Amino acid sequence: MIAGSFWAMGGYARYVWPCMALAVGILVWNLWSARRHHAQAVQRAARAIAMARSERS
Amino acid sequence: MWTWFYRLASPPYVYRVAARLAPWLLAAAGLLIVYGFVDGLVFAPPDYQQGDAFRIIYVHVPASALSVMAYTFMAVAAAIGLIWRIKVAYAVAAAAAPIGASFTVLTLVTGSLWGRPMWGTYWAWDPRLTSELILLFLYVGVMSLRVAFEDPNRGDRAAALLAVVGVINVPIIPFSVVWWNSLHQGATILKLGKPAIDASMRWPLYAMLLGFLLFFGGVLCLRLRGEVLHRERLATWVREAVRV
Repeated sequence: MIAGSFWAMGGYARYVWPCMALAVGILVWNLWSARRHHAQAVQRAARAIAMARSERS
Repeated sequence: MWTWFYRLASPPYVYRVAARLAPWLLAAAGLLIVYGFVDGLVFAPPDYQQGDAFRIIYVHVPASALSVMAYTFMAVAAAIGLIWRIKVAYAVAAAAAPIGASFTVLTLVTGSLWGRPMWGTYWAWDPRLTSELILLFLYVGVMSLRVAFEDPNRGDRAAALLAVVGVINVPIIPFSVVWWNSLHQGATILKLGKPAIDASMRWPLYAMLLGFLLFFGGVLCLRLRGEVLHRERLATWVREAVRV
């Protein structure tokens, strides 16, 4: 397939490419957000443990 | 079987298993999705009626299948939480909701972008489109309800109840095209008998379907770890897990 016609998608480029971009965006967002969620939970847990320790001492 | 079920109710066990599973699921998903994108966008021939616009199905169909499957999964987890009062089940339901909601948004937007050149409109109050929109509202409702209560346990139970009640919408989505007059096309690959799509177009679609499903599993594991840790932050096993 010639590069120009590939990107043109038979005249449907403005419908096809935004769909693909959004799909990639959603996949990346899910990964990023899940990792961030876990990192925040680790931080909160560490803070809760540190507070519990300081209260005991 | 029950031993396995009981082990799944143990937060440290689930936390460890999720950590082990996530990279494998995500790696397999990555390979399948890359293959699906390349084969679907480069090598699959254009449709004889829809031209290259048909390639939108490579993200639209897997996203819509996942949006329904994720909801069913979430509702089953919520029901387990309500019936057996298993905290991990609520965590699973909480972890599945944002993933399912994001894929429902993807379904609606890609469907809309496909509808413009094919139907001449971005949106129609068609049974399939409307039931998918209701699915998004259900996801948003479940997520909002969970955080609307000061007591997280009450939030979990309320969200679980809504998730279970919302299951009524799940069979409506696929069967809406059969039960009512719909602009949306009927089943193509899950049709009884021979699928109404050529193998050259079908394989990348299968790869994307499986890839999205594995991706859901991988991201669910990552999110579930965060949920479990957040809920169990005062438990003794968490000290080991976060190495404080």
